[in-house]
Amino acid sequence: MELCPLIKNILLLDSEGKRIAVKYYSDDWPTNSAKEAFEKAVFTKTQKTNARTEAEITMFDNYIVVYKFVQDLHFFVTGGENENEIILATVLQGFFDAVGLLLRGNEDKKEALENLDLILLCLDEIVDGGVILETDANVIAGKVDSHSMDSGAPLSEQTITQALATAREHLARSLLQ
Amino acid sequence: MAQPLVKKDDDRDDEADYSPFLGIEKGAVLQEARVFNDPQLDPRRCSQVITKLLYLLNQGETFTKVEATEVFFAVTKLFQSKDIGLRRMVYVMIKELSPSADEVIIVTSSLMKDMTSKTDMYRANAIRVLCRITDGTLLTQIERYLKQAIVDKNPVVASAALVSGIHLLQTNPEIVKRWSNEVQEAVQSRAALVQFHALALLHQIRQNDRLAVNKLVSSLTKGSVRSPLAQCLLIRYTSQVIRESANTQAADRPFYDFLEGCLRHKAEMVIFEAARAITELNCVTTRELTPAITVLQLFLSSSKPVLRFAAVRTLNKVAMTHPMAVTNCNIDMESLISDQNRSIATLAITTLLKTGNESSVDRLMKQITNFMSDIADEFKIVVVEAIRSLCLKFPLKHRSLMNFLSNILREEGGFDYKKAIVDSIVILIRDIPEAKETGLLHLCEFIEDCEFTYLSTQILHFLGIEGPKTSDPSKYIRYIYNRVHLENATVRAAAVSTLAKFGAMVDTLKPRIFVLLRRCLFDNDDEVRDRATLYLNTLGGDGAVVQTGEDVKEFLFGSLDIPLVNLENSLKNYEPSEESFDIYSVPREVKTQPLAEKKAPGKKPTGLGAPPAGPPSTVDAYEKLLSSIPEFANFGKLFKSSAPVELTEAETEYAVNVVKHIFDGHVVFQYNCTNTIPEQLLENVTVIVDASEAEEFAEVASKPLRSLPYDSPGQTFVAFEKPEGTPAIGKFSNMLRFIVKEVDPSTGEAEDDGVEDEYQLEELEVVAADYILKVGVSNFRNAWESMGADCERIDEYGLGPRESLAEAVNAVIDLLGMQPCEGTEVVPNNSRSHTCLLSGVYIGNVKVLVRLQFGLDGPKDVAMKLAVRSEDESVSDAIHEIVASG
Repeated sequence: MELCPLIKNILLLDSEGKRIAVKYYSDDWPTNSAKEAFEKAVFTKTQKTNARTEAEITMFDNYIVVYKFVQDLHFFVTGGENENEIILATVLQGFFDAVGLLLRGNEDKKEALENLDLILLCLDEIVDGGVILETDANVIAGKVDSHSMDSGAPLSEQTITQALATAREHLARSLLQ
Repeated sequence: MAQPLVKKDDDRDDEADYSPFLGIEKGAVLQEARVFNDPQLDPRRCSQVITKLLYLLNQGETFTKVEATEVFFAVTKLFQSKDIGLRRMVYVMIKELSPSADEVIIVTSSLMKDMTSKTDMYRANAIRVLCRITDGTLLTQIERYLKQAIVDKNPVVASAALVSGIHLLQTNPEIVKRWSNEVQEAVQSRAALVQFHALALLHQIRQNDRLAVNKLVSSLTKGSVRSPLAQCLLIRYTSQVIRESANTQAADRPFYDFLEGCLRHKAEMVIFEAARAITELNCVTTRELTPAITVLQLFLSSSKPVLRFAAVRTLNKVAMTHPMAVTNCNIDMESLISDQNRSIATLAITTLLKTGNESSVDRLMKQITNFMSDIADEFKIVVVEAIRSLCLKFPLKHRSLMNFLSNILREEGGFDYKKAIVDSIVILIRDIPEAKETGLLHLCEFIEDCEFTYLSTQILHFLGIEGPKTSDPSKYIRYIYNRVHLENATVRAAAVSTLAKFGAMVDTLKPRIFVLLRRCLFDNDDEVRDRATLYLNTLGGDGAVVQTGEDVKEFLFGSLDIPLVNLENSLKNYEPSEESFDIYSVPREVKTQPLAEKKAPGKKPTGLGAPPAGPPSTVDAYEKLLSSIPEFANFGKLFKSSAPVELTEAETEYAVNVVKHIFDGHVVFQYNCTNTIPEQLLENVTVIVDASEAEEFAEVASKPLRSLPYDSPGQTFVAFEKPEGTPAIGKFSNMLRFIVKEVDPSTGEAEDDGVEDEYQLEELEVVAADYILKVGVSNFRNAWESMGADCERIDEYGLGPRESLAEAVNAVIDLLGMQPCEGTEVVPNNSRSHTCLLSGVYIGNVKVLVRLQFGLDGPKDVAMKLAVRSEDESVSDAIHEIVASG
């Protein structure tokens, strides 16, 4: 296990350091207060930096943290001190871009919270128990954003409004592309 | 526009902090979860409720056992819906709830159905959920499906099964190991991540079989790995194989070509992984390093901070062992000093400090001065520490480095930063005699304007010890006395003590100091007045130039040889009565053994905390401990205490290590024992030592340990007599003997009856190196010249075939146990000859200097010329004796 690249946590915080969605894959932070303390430390350490064009990186408490910001969203990926920094950055980029795709370019806190289910699924698709599952943003977003009905679902389960919503969604997406 | 899943409130305003979860409350959401039970499920609404539940959990809210069970049962109802989005949320929710075993049964069948579904997404996620919550018994039932899933056409399904396998291997290795064939097939998958996951699992299945790992690596390095992540794994496995293969000879290092080839990979993560792996190879040669350094150098000028950071961090590590190899990057490194990212800048600075040679120090210091003003304190501390080690490496440069330290000491900074600077100056004063006077003056200037009481008092204390020993002690008095006027009471009291120390040590200054001390009698703080009175009276306040008696000095400034913890306890227990407190009634035995050293192996002795006489503060502790034991009190002065030697394997029932204390005519073994069994209490613990292989030693005393409860270390001692002043050596076998008593874990009380038992420990050796103290000299040449050639002994030795020159050098250093000077213990790569300088103190307090000249004679044979100078020719001979018999 120790030779496999491992992710310790993925954090999505707002511009005040509050949680939007976080996922911990390691027992290094056993309690919620330990987690919050870590998030606070990460946030204060990075908030003054400009991580908007390129992902930035820092090291503290024997963790490597890579991070990238857009609007009022702060993305973080943490790994152990011996982790390959570029692998961590790849995971961060995958998460960052997938969220961008899922929010259709409206990356801000409001949109993120309104689509929290997509963000949670996105986290679920990127890492499983610390092991990297997928890093390609298109694949991640594709796996998350499948709202269609199971092909076997009877039509009767779809209400008119739902069907309309689905149709509208498809239309909107084809227009956006 | 697509409609967001979470319904917007109609009356929402467009404030920036609007949140769909504003005012969300656990109780209400749990109520809402009732919709899961509706006969006509509304998938959209159910999804929203799950999102709210997940939001609560994500914010750190916890569910009680009852709540969690209720939610879990409700969620299981949702398997009826065929909505894919909802199903995905159900999977996530189940994983978050981590149901108990009896609850798992409820969802097992639903998940097993999904596992065999035609929808790939169902199969993949059902596998992940099931494997997360399942136990061993269920696993055998689903094993067949998992094996199928591993070789599934859909990469997402295959990855899900493989990653689950990685997790399950920790709990059910025997089952997962049976999947080897399928996993092997998956390694050949065309899907990048499947290959990565399969390789990770396959390696873990085989990790204990070195041959199989070897085979795996050699077949894959031929080039069938496409995924960059898998390639990174392969590089890690390859370096592990290289590390474990006995052959460290560089020329035919296996797989080096593979690593080197990876430097030309198109993925940056692979290039970096390979470069890092090469720099971490054992005994890596300059030729092997060069290509790796070259790619890292390219990364240094990348536009991506992550690449720059990764490269500079790796080069920083390389600089510790191969400073020369990194010098090529110095120009790129210097431009990184102004990097936006301060982590990168700091790493660049410290690397430059490590690779810098004596001539570049001044230029570098100039650059750092500009840099220091705009970084955070924590980075400054790193820089200060790097400068300290640079100064110890180039003692001749102490003037400019000391100046730099004193300059930054005057600037703004927090306590930790200032403390780091002061500690560094103190260490430099201690280790570089030439730097002493300037260093002390810098400290004096600092306390003139120091806002930290702690630092002021510590510096005053240090001045009291070092100041009187300088050529002109009087010049410090003004600084110290100024404190009495200008500072708070704590600092004033410390200043009074320091003044008194000058008075006691320097007889000529005494009358003048007394004048100053008398003025302190009018201080408005009672502690200050009390101290002044005490010193005036005990030092003989009549103002005459008289010598202060030794016993007075000892009383005032001698160290308190009673453990403070014990004193504190005794004072707490003392009840005010007619009988006064007797300090001699305080037990002197240290209850817990000084574990500090063990706990923090890398920790250096901090500047002010450690006694100024020498770095090993533990020696002091040992000395106190031993002198407190009456049996050993007459052995004289402790010459040397070894580092603890483990006598048991890690994680055995009883953990024992031994410290060898060398006296002039005696040796004391201190056995530090720890009982790791909670159900046992050991009593009357002794070590039976068989010294039949150590003829010159005779056992004279032993001190058993009365009781050794669980997890609180204790010590037992055995003392031997040996011929005085000679380095007698020998082997000792040890047996731990004790009475074991059962302890009731619930009450913690031990039974009355015990059984005698024994426990075999490993052997212990007293070697020649135990009789030599590691004491460095700052300028070896001067010391060598001043020692003179009167007692010089020179001889040549053939060391026979050795793995490398470096190995031979280290072997001789270890054999002699002396301190390498001026960094000469590091052998440059590929050199055919090397000179190593050692210094030390031989038993009987005789200074010894050694100059070792090594040369390669033929392909591997190492020849050595040993020149020894000491104050006593018999000692020079003894050193030769050690080498000849080693």
